Amino acid sequence: MTEHIVLRHRDLEGLDQLDVYLENGGFGALESIVKKKSPEQVIDIVKKSGLRGRGGAGFPTGVKWSFLSPDVFPRYVVANADESEPGTFKDREIMERNPFQFLEGVAICAYAAQANVAYIYCRGEFWDLTRELDSKIEQLKELGLLGKKLFASDYSLEMQTHLGAGAYICGEETALLESLEGKLGQPRLRPPFPAAEGLYGKPTVVNNVETLTNLPPIINRGADWFSSIGTEKSTGTKVFSVSGKVERPGNYELPLGATFRELIFERAGGIPNGHAIKAILPAGASAPILPATKEVLDTGMDYESVSQVGSSLGSASIIVIDETVDIAWVESKITDFFEHESCGKCTPCRDGTYWMKHIFERIMHDTAQPQEIDLLHTVGIGIQGKCLCALGDFAGLAVTSALERFGPEFDLHAVGNSSKAA
Amino acid sequence: MLAEIYTQEIEAILAKYPSDQKRSAVMPLLFLAQREYGTLTNEAISEVGELIGLQSTEVASLVGFYTLYHDRPGGKYRIQVCTDLPCSLRGAQAFADELCEKLDIRMGETTPDGQVTVEEVKCLAACDHAPMFQLQEPNGIHYYEDQSAGSAMALIEALRVKGQVD
Ligand SMILES: Cc1cc2nc3c(=O)[nH]c(=O)nc-3n(C[C@H](O)[C@H](O)[C@H](O)COP(=O)(O)O)c2cc1C
Ligand code: SF4
Ligand code: FES
Repeated sequence: MTEHIVLRHRDLEGLDQLDVYLENGGFGALESIVKKKSPEQVIDIVKKSGLRGRGGAGFPTGVKWSFLSPDVFPRYVVANADESEPGTFKDREIMERNPFQFLEGVAICAYAAQANVAYIYCRGEFWDLTRELDSKIEQLKELGLLGKKLFASDYSLEMQTHLGAGAYICGEETALLESLEGKLGQPRLRPPFPAAEGLYGKPTVVNNVETLTNLPPIINRGADWFSSIGTEKSTGTKVFSVSGKVERPGNYELPLGATFRELIFERAGGIPNGHAIKAILPAGASAPILPATKEVLDTGMDYESVSQVGSSLGSASIIVIDETVDIAWVESKITDFFEHESCGKCTPCRDGTYWMKHIFERIMHDTAQPQEIDLLHTVGIGIQGKCLCALGDFAGLAVTSALERFGPEFDLHAVGNSSKAA
Repeated sequence: MLAEIYTQEIEAILAKYPSDQKRSAVMPLLFLAQREYGTLTNEAISEVGELIGLQSTEVASLVGFYTLYHDRPGGKYRIQVCTDLPCSLRGAQAFADELCEKLDIRMGETTPDGQVTVEEVKCLAACDHAPMFQLQEPNGIHYYEDQSAGSAMALIEALRVKGQVD
């Protein structure tokens, strides 16, 4: 595929400038729906396109919108720009380089949801980027593309950015809403889901930046066009963030269903220094590690196929591990991450990640007893299925899957095993 | 007092949220207080609480929860190096170690002149440009990508000069 749909700035110089964006059809999608389509019709188009959430869960976007409690107002739309999954850096490129397509997408979502206020929740570290977005929003207001009575209709829309302050868990949508309400960023018990009771207890749609950025082209070119890209159940393209042991780390936009092999070896240039690939983390820290077998490398990166080989696509942040890297070390880093980011609300997650971190410290110092490696597995199992949000499951699953798939690399660190791991 | 120095800015912050949801303004107000006072002391925290009718203890728990708020003094400039997994696969740890060595401090410490603190942070969504860090200064956060100890030291020297003037 040569054309970019989400990373369109790569094909069009200066697309981050409003005049260039407008010259290239910008805000035509918003204008056409506000003038000619009902919110229900927009929801139908998005349902038909097959677009699924790009923030990790892959939930069908139009279906999610149709869950909004009927006749309850005001409603809110919140763009999830918290992007904090290790290895994920696509939303940042989108917002920096193709900001107006993203903002138009937010507006389309807001119109479909009949929300008059949309918030963009950016992780606090995106400070400079958020200031830029603020000025872009001002430009849109000046041109009447945001504000009261858009395109001489009765529909009005206001947009506000909101900065987080450093907490991975605020990417989880209910923690994000708590944080936006000025509270600790801790997930809520569900149901109720945000579509029923979200921000300030009102019906709310939360969507990822990349999801929203797909909306203008879907409106402009139609649901059939969009669903002709990708696979039957995973339609459209995906921006894959590739990091770790590759020649050319970066974002690559490919149709869903492209293989790991194409992404890693053709696009990202393969493994440096003639080393062999060993493992793949397909969704940052938040999905089981995959041994880079021939079967896995030839697997299509779509929601269904990655599950079939024993992991999940998540936010599609592909971290590549080569033969020089010790898997026990990889998992110790991942466990550090989750221990640091657990919000502390549930005991299994808070204490389980703490214990795993301490066992890993001993493993990495080669002072762990063989039984402690078994204990690590027990703790990892113990966290899963007992927590309020998926972070706990991710933390447990990362470790148990690695122990099951790369056990000997852990055993090398046990006391009494003199041959050290690479 | 923040209310006097930043009257307009505070109004603009409050206007972002529904008038009966002032609490939502607490995070931007904490950033404002941190800009003014450097550290979020008890006084700064209760001042923010008063602006939106929130107990100091509640504001303080937010300060403890979010990593970009600081209730303990550190350097005026915080160099926050990402040493998370993807960056560590591309030399971030060696970079962090070398930087600390050049500054003659350990990770987490502040240089004797009180200007620069070096800290480790988790993924900053810049893994394709490792080694990288963000600079948190009183009024903002900026990214520095594809760094070497040399380029970081050059920045730090410039900051030290600036820090003495400001
Ligand atoms: C621990 C955790 C962290 C998450 N972090 C993010 C994030 O940084 N960005 C994001 O868009 N979604 C994140 N999500 C997913 C959101 O909860 C939510 O599913 C998503 O924002 C919905 O938007 P989408 O349907 O457009 O993907 C996270 C989920 C969990 C459990
Ligand atoms: S699983 Fe972990 S991160 Fe999620 S709510 Fe419970 S303690 Fe918080
Ligand atoms: S791991 Fe360092 S920016 Fe992502």
